[in-house]
Amino acid sequence: MISVRGLTKRFGDNTVLDGIDLDIRSGERVAIIGPSGTGKSTLLRSLNFLEKPDEGMITIGPVTVDARRVRAAEELALRRQTSFVFQNYALFANMTARDNIAEGLITVRGWEKARAHARAEEILATIGLADKAQSYPAALSGGQQQRVGIGRAMAAEAEIMLIDEPTSALDPEWVDEVLQLLKRVADARQTMLIVTHEMQFARDIADRILFMDGGKIVEQGPPETMFTDPKDPRTRAFLRKVL
Amino acid sequence: MRPLDLDYMLGLVPVLLKYVPLTLAMASVAMVLALMLASLMAIVRVMRVPLLDGLTQVFISFFRGTPLLVQLFLFYYGLPQVFSFLTAINGVTAAIMGITLHFAAYMAESIRAAILGVDRSQWEAARSVGMTTAQMMRRIILPQAARIAAPTLVNYFVDIIKSTSLAFTLGVTELMGAAQKEAAGSFLYFEAFILVAIIYWVIVEALTVVQRQLEARLGKAVAR
Repeated sequence: MISVRGLTKRFGDNTVLDGIDLDIRSGERVAIIGPSGTGKSTLLRSLNFLEKPDEGMITIGPVTVDARRVRAAEELALRRQTSFVFQNYALFANMTARDNIAEGLITVRGWEKARAHARAEEILATIGLADKAQSYPAALSGGQQQRVGIGRAMAAEAEIMLIDEPTSALDPEWVDEVLQLLKRVADARQTMLIVTHEMQFARDIADRILFMDGGKIVEQGPPETMFTDPKDPRTRAFLRKVL
Repeated sequence: MRPLDLDYMLGLVPVLLKYVPLTLAMASVAMVLALMLASLMAIVRVMRVPLLDGLTQVFISFFRGTPLLVQLFLFYYGLPQVFSFLTAINGVTAAIMGITLHFAAYMAESIRAAILGVDRSQWEAARSVGMTTAQMMRRIILPQAARIAAPTLVNYFVDIIKSTSLAFTLGVTELMGAAQKEAAGSFLYFEAFILVAIIYWVIVEALTVVQRQLEARLGKAVAR
């Protein structure tokens, strides 16, 4: 269960998140759409404190944090309830594909190396990269790197997977394999919050679509109604442009 | 121009080579200690640890801003007059201490720059999987910073090897001190000093082979 109340983030005079309220049930798959620069990525990054929000209460699983008086240990506890998939993959450059997936299990969850490596190899097989276990990120294609990035997030078995524009940095030829993998993760009912510009994909996998503009959630609903019968003029204008 | 006394030089080779282990030992100990100290100072500076950051900056400023020879004299001849417990320190120890602190100051800045040179996404990725700052540094940032800093750090090691010759000014009979003594006995200064120069040169050249291997190993992750 994820619950967000009054989440606010300012960069100087610019209010990027303007009092966001959001609840996500376990197993729910939520996609955020909206124009560039409306705070979609900042919302994701504030939920695990990659950006420090200025105000708001965040509950993820058993951890509740008040952004105004958060201690480092609480930040870490909250972050450990989440996993994150980055737009630019952000694989650990000094580690092989297998070690990228196993690293969190070893350092954060304290698993024995052998067990973590075995689990990482299972995941590599699931994401179709069993033969790349010993490859470093620099030797992988963009699509392969992003699949390892998703594998790393899968390994965490977190309360929620936060996914930030997973295909925006990819050459077109790699987009499909990444979306297909994410669809499988979604089908396994992993709770997820995904920022995406792939409207068809959002429609396919999401239980709910959020439309954000100007740091606010303007409108939300199931994909059927959001894409066919949006109520807010801003949602309509946006969808006219991208569909 | 007088001819070189080649027989004298040849005879001097085994005499001077006996002092190579001491030179290498002093340089290696100073390098390891300086690396550890420099890494700590670099992390303190990158993390802007209150109080320690300021102290580190003063330390770096002083040891970069004054000549190594002055620092060595200060350690060996000066400080024992003020702190009597330091009178027991011998020349080798004082030289290692001085060289360590001096080069740690330089290396801290290189390592700091290397840490800051590690892509921002690596820090965020480490945070996103839930690592503590210490885990992030040890597992992700420092290994990548090491690759960036390696060429510079090997250069400092070369400098450290050559700087051990200053220990001779503290009365230590190391490579340079031995050459000086021999020359003073034979009056063949050119032969003694050109020979000692060649020995340093060969040591440093041998090190560049090690450097290439080290860089190849650290570069493994970025090779396609």
